[in-house]
Amino acid sequence: MKRFAGIALVVFGLAAALWADSTLSINGAGASFPNPIYTKWIADFQKKNTSIQINYQSIGSGGGIKQVTEGTVDFGASDGPMNDDQLKAFQDKHGFGILHFPTVLGAVVPSYNIPGVNAELNFTPDALAGIYLGKITKWNDPAIAGANSGVKLPADDIVVVHRSDGSGTSYIWTDYLAKVSGDWKTKVNKGASVNWPVGLGGKGNEGVAGVVKNTPDSIGYVELIYAIQNKMPYGKVRNSAGTFIKADLESVTAAAAGAAKGMPEDFRVSITDAPGKTAYPISSFTWLLIPQKFSDAAKRDALKGFVKWMLADGQNEVEALSYAKLPKEVIAMELKALNNVQ
Amino acid sequence: MATTTSPAHGASPLSGSRHFVNRADHGDEIARVITFIFAASVVLITLLLVLSLWQGSALARHKFGFSFFVTQVWDPNAGIFGALPFIYGTLVTAVVSLLIAVPLGIGAAIFLAELAPARVSDTLEFFIDLLAAVPSVIYGVLGIFLIVPLMRSYIEPALKKTLGFIPLFQGPAYGIGFLTAGIVLAVMIIPYIISVSREVLLSVPRDQREAALSLGATRWESTWKVVVPFARTGIMGSIFLALARALGETMAVTMVIGNTPQISASLFASGYSIAAAIANEFNEASSPLHSQALIELGLVLFLLTFILNGIARLLIIATSQRGSGTANA
Repeated sequence: MKRFAGIALVVFGLAAALWADSTLSINGAGASFPNPIYTKWIADFQKKNTSIQINYQSIGSGGGIKQVTEGTVDFGASDGPMNDDQLKAFQDKHGFGILHFPTVLGAVVPSYNIPGVNAELNFTPDALAGIYLGKITKWNDPAIAGANSGVKLPADDIVVVHRSDGSGTSYIWTDYLAKVSGDWKTKVNKGASVNWPVGLGGKGNEGVAGVVKNTPDSIGYVELIYAIQNKMPYGKVRNSAGTFIKADLESVTAAAAGAAKGMPEDFRVSITDAPGKTAYPISSFTWLLIPQKFSDAAKRDALKGFVKWMLADGQNEVEALSYAKLPKEVIAMELKALNNVQ
Repeated sequence: MATTTSPAHGASPLSGSRHFVNRADHGDEIARVITFIFAASVVLITLLLVLSLWQGSALARHKFGFSFFVTQVWDPNAGIFGALPFIYGTLVTAVVSLLIAVPLGIGAAIFLAELAPARVSDTLEFFIDLLAAVPSVIYGVLGIFLIVPLMRSYIEPALKKTLGFIPLFQGPAYGIGFLTAGIVLAVMIIPYIISVSREVLLSVPRDQREAALSLGATRWESTWKVVVPFARTGIMGSIFLALARALGETMAVTMVIGNTPQISASLFASGYSIAAAIANEFNEASSPLHSQALIELGLVLFLLTFILNGIARLLIIATSQRGSGTANA
């Protein structure tokens, strides 16, 4: 798969080079979650800068990190920040570092299918962790019912559904559970693929949605965008301030704003369980991964130009595609950090 | 191909090359060399495949050794990888699919080859070939939206009621799991069995049938006691082709098996297959050990196919010695 992706990139690169030899070609690969907005951004950016050709392949976050580390692409993209081992591997191979640039925000929501229940359910962190650990097995368990007074929940077994493919969505979900539950952290921990204690695996958002839709008494998690576009019902989650918050573009941006104050210089931050009364707790940035040094100055300037445009005009396009905008503070920090790309 | 008029090759000072050219002029030699290269490339590709899988999984092989085959845990975070649940899932789904597909497929092939009018047989053959060419993801979608709800609401509860005393049919029925995956696989491999078996049955010489009939056998007796045994080797071949497809099927299986690396006696439980695990996790496997463990899974699948093929060969040899028909139909 990886090799194929590599070959595909080379072929695309060659095709682009032959097609217009005067254009500057920049190749990137990685996360599939932000692919729709990246595609739109690239198309709009190229309309204004006809001499620049940007190719983005959505091969998955793990693939993006691998490709950019191996140097087959100019930039990578990931839904989870690179860990210290991965940063070290990049530094060792190239002799310089790689920088993270948040581009948009996404969120993951719990979706369910309980016959006879049409109400919007409230989930406490303990309830979600308990369900996914296999400790809470009935819908009328006090941990769920306690937060949903007035809703008549059945005494049926909960069918737990998770992603089977390695994905940024699973990373965000497990990152959240690991923060709110000590049990989860020690037994399962966070990751794009983990050893799920219980449940059925569905491939992709559509796989999870398909199983949830078809299985009575089931619960699964999908990307907010997927839930909105497919009109799936999803529940509210209690945030760290104690309020039950429904995920939408504002509550996701609020989570980022809450985290902006403590934002580290390298932007490698998890904003799950973020502080703030209106913050939705299962939110995350998605990042571009840009090497610190470029041997080709023209390529570097073009890529920096693209990132600058993306942080300014580009941000106005994101909400039409159901992504949440970056907070202003984060944008200001990123523009400063962009100077470190040489 | 071969040209009889030889151009002025004799002028060449190198007798060796002249010799070669002369021989090459006959065409046979060229054909022999070229086809030999083609044949050798099959072996070469297989060896290269094994080699690259072997090298690609070095880290995982050294770390886990033989325990890879008997460990039941698959935990990327803890760095523990065991192939047993995946091997189990792959074998169980393949066996379930064969149990369903073999009787159905061979029965249909006998009907088409021996009993049905030629026009019906040829028309149906067209549809069967069409079925064999349907991409597996289509079968997966069919599985999720048609077979899974059907299994959950009707078939699995019915099985539970009637055969629930057997551990195979116990436990919660979600409609997703080994049984459903096996059924979807069966639907996918039946066309292979029918298509190949029908061809084999049709190629049984006429005199075999006529001899049986002249000895007073009924039509069915001649079919079941003479024609089918004669074609046994070819029919076996079709079954093993189908088995190979069932072992390696990825997309359709991952959509209906539930993707849970666990070993369960119940066919209603969810499981995982080797091919599905590789397809699901390879893209996002970020640690070298994780991706190498997945490559080692590929090696295990290769080994599994190799062993089963070996058993198949032995079975064919054993039955063709015992049987009445000659080895080749």
